[in-house]
Amino acid sequence: MSVSYIRHPGFNPGSKVPHEQPAVGVRPVGSRIKSGMTAVIVALLLATPALADSNLPPARYANTQLRDPAKEQQARALMATLRCLVCQGQAISDSDAEMAGDMRSLVRTRIAAGESPKQIRDSLIASYGEYVTYDPPFNALTAPLWLLPLILIGIGAWLARGLFRRQRS
Amino acid sequence: MKRSAVWLPLLGFALVFAVVAMALVRPADRTVRSAMIGKPLPTFSLAAMVPGKPGLGSAVFTQGQPRLLNVFASWCVPCIAEAPMLMRLKRMGVPIEAVAIRDTPAAVQAFLARNGDPYGRIGNDRESSVQLALGSSGVPETFVIDGKGRIVLQHVGDIRDGDVPEILAALEKAR
Repeated sequence: MSVSYIRHPGFNPGSKVPHEQPAVGVRPVGSRIKSGMTAVIVALLLATPALADSNLPPARYANTQLRDPAKEQQARALMATLRCLVCQGQAISDSDAEMAGDMRSLVRTRIAAGESPKQIRDSLIASYGEYVTYDPPFNALTAPLWLLPLILIGIGAWLARGLFRRQRS
Repeated sequence: MKRSAVWLPLLGFALVFAVVAMALVRPADRTVRSAMIGKPLPTFSLAAMVPGKPGLGSAVFTQGQPRLLNVFASWCVPCIAEAPMLMRLKRMGVPIEAVAIRDTPAAVQAFLARNGDPYGRIGNDRESSVQLALGSSGVPETFVIDGKGRIVLQHVGDIRDGDVPEILAALEKAR
């Protein structure tokens, strides 16, 4: 998914930048319909996408692997757990957004410089909060996230037990 | 089992329905806010973006005067929209420094010539590294930094007429 990270008025993260709408006035249907259609087609051909990304090429390590396969693997594993902040439902390893490319480059550069994945993740959490990671640590806020499935399984087991008993008797 | 228990599934459904309806009527705020508010500005040093104007280092922000740090780009449309507001803040005597994201000198020069130049310094953030350290997730964003280099406010999106008082108040409080 390629999205820009410009904040448009009425900014809606995750949505693509709208293309320019051709200006078409409301006209009475009838004899003018043909010229109207031509106008629409011409306008559609002339319309260009709104400028949304920079003109610079992707960052050094955005789409380039590290030479050391072990380090590349470490970097990839970390990238899969980091949220793209522009297209919020994707990990940076999956996203085509420019900012995700810059984040991948940052991860690879710092892994190559000898930092551990935990150090890099902690520094991103310091900037953006735990929202940036798809592997949230266990704390008071995330406790329901981790415990609720266990509780639901418990309730299910209890219900199943009741049902089986009734059948046997 | 009591007879009233018959209503429990319906109650459960109503609960789920209410949650979904609420989310439809009032969608969640998806704005990514920086976790750096109240914390010291990360240390950085960026080269100059345009000739004749110095680059930007974090040291400038610890000289005692509150400043604005504007994250912008020449390729960003809402940055044009907020340019008049930044010019107004500059005329009020607010020092404004900038970080230009993924940009070229020529493009930034053209942008400043067209929309006005409110900046004292502009740092060249070619790979968004300072932006990522700030906890910023797009352009434009504006941070209020107090005189000791602490981040006190983040404004996400273009500064509009109605946002100016909040920024001025934060600057006044940071004095």
